[in-house]
Amino acid sequence: MFRIEFNKLRFLICDDNPHMRRILRTLLHSFGAREVWESEDGATALEMYSHYVPDIVITDWSMPIFDGLELAQMIRQPESKGNPYAPIIMLTGHSEKRRVTVARDAGVTEFLAKPISAKGLYQRILNVVANPRPFIKTKTYFGPDRRRNTNNAYIGPERRLGGEVEVLQQPSLLDKARTPV
Amino acid sequence: MAKEKPGTLQIETFADHHVITQPNPLRKVLRRVAEKDLDDPIARAEAALAGMSGEFKNWMGIESERLAAAHAAILKDGFTSFNRGELFRAAHDIKGDAATFGFPSAGAAAESLCRIIEHAPDLDQVPSDLIAHHINAIQAIVRERTGPDTISKASELSRQLRAVADEYLAHANRDRPEHLEAILAPSIAPAD
Repeated sequence: MFRIEFNKLRFLICDDNPHMRRILRTLLHSFGAREVWESEDGATALEMYSHYVPDIVITDWSMPIFDGLELAQMIRQPESKGNPYAPIIMLTGHSEKRRVTVARDAGVTEFLAKPISAKGLYQRILNVVANPRPFIKTKTYFGPDRRRNTNNAYIGPERRLGGEVEVLQQPSLLDKARTPV
Repeated sequence: MAKEKPGTLQIETFADHHVITQPNPLRKVLRRVAEKDLDDPIARAEAALAGMSGEFKNWMGIESERLAAAHAAILKDGFTSFNRGELFRAAHDIKGDAATFGFPSAGAAAESLCRIIEHAPDLDQVPSDLIAHHINAIQAIVRERTGPDTISKASELSRQLRAVADEYLAHANRDRPEHLEAILAPSIAPAD
């Protein structure tokens, strides 16, 4: 069993709501974190990100002017001087499929829907610490690998162009059905 | 941790993408512990959250006043872009926070209001009572919460508001399939 030594981690939290910031800070301190930086908008968070170089960013989505999605997009600039690889946990009241997809495509590492719970937050942090995903860079995307399911049971077109194989050869459903388990 | 030099990147190049792997810079904060290790950070955090609960009612009062102020601005000046944003963010914050603060029904009513703001084709055409009833319900739920009876009434009130709002949205978006799909789609956010 693994535990995180939170006292060695630096967090940046970004939420325009002071009550949620206080709850987040309380949870992180209770886990053992000592260094927790707070910002109430995306622009300030970006400045703090460059200045303090946190290990993990936890951000809300909906904020005035410069929101959490834009913050994620600004952090995920492969040519930037700062660290574009830091894990970003999006903590938000948005939980519709479309929103989750948009957040994923902005380079968000983990998505945590409010209402927040200590368990949910801990598990997301454990996941980004213990199971980091490789980064993918394409013409239109830079961020953690959006494919979490790496088993070979995927059926469908291969959208990434590889070296020799562009389309995964999939057995027909009939063949699959005939294959003994 | 953060000031350590980043590890060397391994980059695999393919026809239309690169796969970039870096040694896990956070690996050093993982510590193996015995299965019977008694330290439970989650329980500690839950206890800390419970210790703050005395402030939650006051916080909900502040949030619902903010919502009412945003609504008052709309009644005065209409749905300007700024006013719409303020109302949405106030409702959205309640949607996200209310259950944590012990007011899940207020959160449900706020979610219903968020859906109206997000999916109504023209907010000026939304019956003003529909929005006002959501605001009033949220304020009443926060103000009147005292016992199991009021909790069940609050739950029923939120459920009925959601039903009316969904019926309105389904009708108003009957020619907008992308919105209908979003309205009818279940949440897919991972749970705990």
